[in-house]
Amino acid sequence: MCALCGVLGGAGHWTDAAARPGVFTRNVDSLQRRRERIHRVACAQKVLGLYGLTLSDWQGTSYVLSTATGKTEIVDNLTHLWAAAEKLIGRPCDPLDPALVGSLEAANG
Amino acid sequence: MADFTAPQFTPVNLITGFLGSGKTTLLQRLLADPALADTAVLINEFGEVGLDHHLLERIDDTMMLLQSGCLCCTIRGELSTAIKDLHSKRERGVVPAFRRIVVESTGLADPFPILSTVQADPVLRHHFRLGNVITTIDAVNGLGRPESIKQVAVADRLVLTKTDLASDVAPLLAQIRDLNPDAPLWRAAEQAIDAAALLDGGSHSPLRALPATSDSPHGSVHAFALAFEGQLDWTMFGVWLTMLLNRHGAAVLRVKGVLNVAGSPTPVAIHGVQHLVHPPVHLAAWPDADRRSRLVFIVDGLERGAIERSLAAFLRPGSQIQPAAVA
Repeated sequence: MCALCGVLGGAGHWTDAAARPGVFTRNVDSLQRRRERIHRVACAQKVLGLYGLTLSDWQGTSYVLSTATGKTEIVDNLTHLWAAAEKLIGRPCDPLDPALVGSLEAANG
Repeated sequence: MADFTAPQFTPVNLITGFLGSGKTTLLQRLLADPALADTAVLINEFGEVGLDHHLLERIDDTMMLLQSGCLCCTIRGELSTAIKDLHSKRERGVVPAFRRIVVESTGLADPFPILSTVQADPVLRHHFRLGNVITTIDAVNGLGRPESIKQVAVADRLVLTKTDLASDVAPLLAQIRDLNPDAPLWRAAEQAIDAAALLDGGSHSPLRALPATSDSPHGSVHAFALAFEGQLDWTMFGVWLTMLLNRHGAAVLRVKGVLNVAGSPTPVAIHGVQHLVHPPVHLAAWPDADRRSRLVFIVDGLERGAIERSLAAFLRPGSQIQPAAVA
């Protein structure tokens, strides 16, 4: 998604950068790509779960973000994910929110 | 031109700086360097008379004048079209082959949309890459306006102009270092300007200077550095940074650093300007003996403590990282 105007369709997110000389990416071959997507879903879920949201991979091409009541959004990348999450829950997803950080710290033990 | 091959990704440099701060003068000096003979220049004019255009006659073959006003708000599409047009003409041999594009923005332009245009456009990002952002600062008039503060904050290279006219530049230099502690700085009046150093390379040495957070004379804009011991989970870092930029992207004027990523023997350099993050660079080696992940933030109104605590909380489940004191 374009960070400026919210238009969908832009590929090449930095977390999925195309494999080029000098670029750090795990978007290299199908195995690495799938492994990374599974790990990404797990990482994001640790945060999204605190908002009552569930993320899953969809066919290795998109992600499906759902609320407990079944409202669903399909997202392309992590940037799009947070905008969609805020839309679904109707409030900001702020990583600097002390309540969120406190919950993560408590979960870390 | 028979033996010319265009580089796979042609760099696009941006020269920015407030009105009257010497952008065009700097450009003229740079273009006098034979090393930049194959440079195409795009100039944005604020106003009806394109005076700057007449100062740069030497390169008229590959120069296009963007006339519709301030670059940041009205002509992203025009900039994109202008670069694509140049690309097309180069491919067809209509213009001399160029190896670099330099965009000179208006003094009022916000650099971010200009950078974003290159990276967001599907055609441009397959043929062009962002080069250094060079910001000129007028030593006589200093940093008075929000536009100029932002232009300094996002710069990869700084050029202080009119230093021969200013009586004491030390306070201004201190202000500049508060805003942008790590960008190399040249004094245009007294120093020779090495075009290659200005336009290329060296953008992955982000932690030459590690500032302590201090009271900034620029309102809420300030810079600080964070360091973390241990290896971090790259994926979780991506989750955190995308979430931060989604909510606070406009306030994160710049984030830059080297990361010790789990599973990677050499560091990964990241570089972001507001909502835009460059493709991460896999460095061939560590720049020094320090193996900590280090990040420099230049932010508007965000607290260092909140960012540090948040990043540590996000990363700790998968990575045993600890915030470390910045030397």
